[in-house]
Amino acid sequence: MQEINRAALIKRASELLSDGTADRVLGWKAGEFDYDVTPAVFHSVEELEKDFVWGDFCGANFSKYLIKETQKGDGKVIVFLKPCDTYSFNQLLTEHRFDREKVYAIGIPCDGMLDITKIKSMADGVLSVKSEGDEVEIETLYDGVIKEKRENLLPDRCVHCKSKKHVSYDELMGEDGEVLDSGRFDEVEQIEKMTPDERFAFWQGELSRCIRCNACRDVCPACTCEKCVFDNPDSGVENKAAANSFEDSMFHIIRAFHVAGRCTDCGECSRVCPQHIPLHLLNRKFIKDINSFYGEYQAGETIGSRAPTVNYSQDDIEPSEAVERGGDNA
Amino acid sequence: MRKISIDKLNSLFSAIAENETLYLPVDTKAGAKFEKWHDGAVLSDALNTVRSAKDFFFPQTENLMDFKVDGKNIEIIDTREECEDFVIFGVRACDVKSFEILDRVFLAEPVDSYYKNRREHGVIMSLACTKPHETCFCGTFGIDASSPEGDIVCHMTGDALCMDAKTEKGKALLSRLDSLTEETDGKAVEEQKKVTKERLAKLPLASLSADSFGAGKTEKFFGAPEWKELSQACLGCGTCTFVCPTCQCYDIKDFNTGHGVKRFRCWDSCMYSDFTKMSAGQPRLTQLERFRQRFMHKLVYYPTNNGGLFSCVGCGRCLSKCPIQMNIVKVMKKLGGKEND
Repeated sequence: MQEINRAALIKRASELLSDGTADRVLGWKAGEFDYDVTPAVFHSVEELEKDFVWGDFCGANFSKYLIKETQKGDGKVIVFLKPCDTYSFNQLLTEHRFDREKVYAIGIPCDGMLDITKIKSMADGVLSVKSEGDEVEIETLYDGVIKEKRENLLPDRCVHCKSKKHVSYDELMGEDGEVLDSGRFDEVEQIEKMTPDERFAFWQGELSRCIRCNACRDVCPACTCEKCVFDNPDSGVENKAAANSFEDSMFHIIRAFHVAGRCTDCGECSRVCPQHIPLHLLNRKFIKDINSFYGEYQAGETIGSRAPTVNYSQDDIEPSEAVERGGDNA
Repeated sequence: MRKISIDKLNSLFSAIAENETLYLPVDTKAGAKFEKWHDGAVLSDALNTVRSAKDFFFPQTENLMDFKVDGKNIEIIDTREECEDFVIFGVRACDVKSFEILDRVFLAEPVDSYYKNRREHGVIMSLACTKPHETCFCGTFGIDASSPEGDIVCHMTGDALCMDAKTEKGKALLSRLDSLTEETDGKAVEEQKKVTKERLAKLPLASLSADSFGAGKTEKFFGAPEWKELSQACLGCGTCTFVCPTCQCYDIKDFNTGHGVKRFRCWDSCMYSDFTKMSAGQPRLTQLERFRQRFMHKLVYYPTNNGGLFSCVGCGRCLSKCPIQMNIVKVMKKLGGKEND
């Protein structure tokens, strides 16, 4: 269950709208069901009271929306940021992608989101999902009311939550948490242990499901190019479909390279993938390698930090030490 | 009507697969998916597949023709081949209806020979729904999930699969399976339809109405101020269009093979920034226009060109898959006026 409730957020946002601190709020809007929450801009207390929600399905990371939203109008926009969102927020500021002066950031604690896919796999027809403490009550169409432990319904990114600590905000509601060590590289290590053939087969199996909808790229706070090369007919690599299975893999691997050192591991890519491809594992592999080659580095931890991949020091690891040439890896 | 005991399903599938390639929904770690049947394949009990059944007739990519370049000569190579007969088992009522919507696009003059080839060789064994989900709203578009269309209409009634052939193609296939099946009166099917209909009537979206939309409503909705709010969170990805059973837009591209050119087509999405890009640029300048295009096409333009038929079948895939949870239901409720209050 989330520590702060909806009413408290509406109250605070309303105060800030009334006293002129900001003129709009970037928040989550209620849908048809408990779980289909949409990012939205609220302009008044009435709009907030009518449709604003905060709960277990407010996973959307608003940081990227700030790029466009801050370009509209002169007033400030209030944004609610979960701990993981604050890392993307900082990273975008590092990259000068939006005007900090136009944002009023409120950090809010997060108890982890719920994974609707996991919930739907338990029952046919989900009518409502309510949290009470560590238990989730799921009302279904055909299987009655199901009770399940919250920890069993968390999405992967929340199971392996990297931090309950907010690294950026104007004000914080509730208690701040700590940076966590929740084994987020465990799965990467499993994949590293595979033989090259097994690893190739694993990724081929995962990436072959890609339908090139680009949701991973479009939601990614690190993917903020005005025009992606894959959308640009003049780039020579623009493709709406892969000409072969090799291209599918290349799209995702190239994207992972492009965001390496900038990816904060927010996990939005895997959340939105309609084909459930564990794309975050590619990014985590890069993060893990950067950590082991250059020392611990967390993108977005501070504003203005230079990722080891775009910095040079004479102590940098030599390519020959980083990659073993020949043998099975050739 | 014929029936076969559920525990003999494998022998039924095996008998079909002897002559024709059989596809059916199976469970994968990424949800249900149509796959080629093989001995031991288990029919998924998921309500629907993640990707729609349109892929069988309108695949994501296909080669249209090749060009072989030799000096100043270009040889055009027709890569079309007569498709083999195939059977798709387990298509739900919504997806079956989507074929009619696609047919009106691809089989109208000039006929799309690539689509027609596959369509003519495919036999559809539809499967009635028994447990429709909260995201289902096929009834809004006049589709009865308890009683789908198809070449052979199937109902899973407790211990048996009942099959009713509705077309010549269906009759030919079902009569070939006579030795495995037995005649049934259809009472169990009628009973099941009754129960399913009651369930359909109680669904949260059962009262969703499309009445205010339809043919000739372009001016009523095109300039609506609500599009701004509806489209503001749209990421511009193609998820909704690619999982949609009725989205049918495509792009044609040339792929340089080094020795010539492969001309292929692939799904396109009106949500993309380079959709229908012309020499003067993309005619839909912002995401608002692109977003509007998709829903106007489903709810107004298509019906205008097709005697009032909507090009949404209420399968609910976009409700499940949109990364920001915006979808046609929210659009219809926002724009649909009193009928949807």
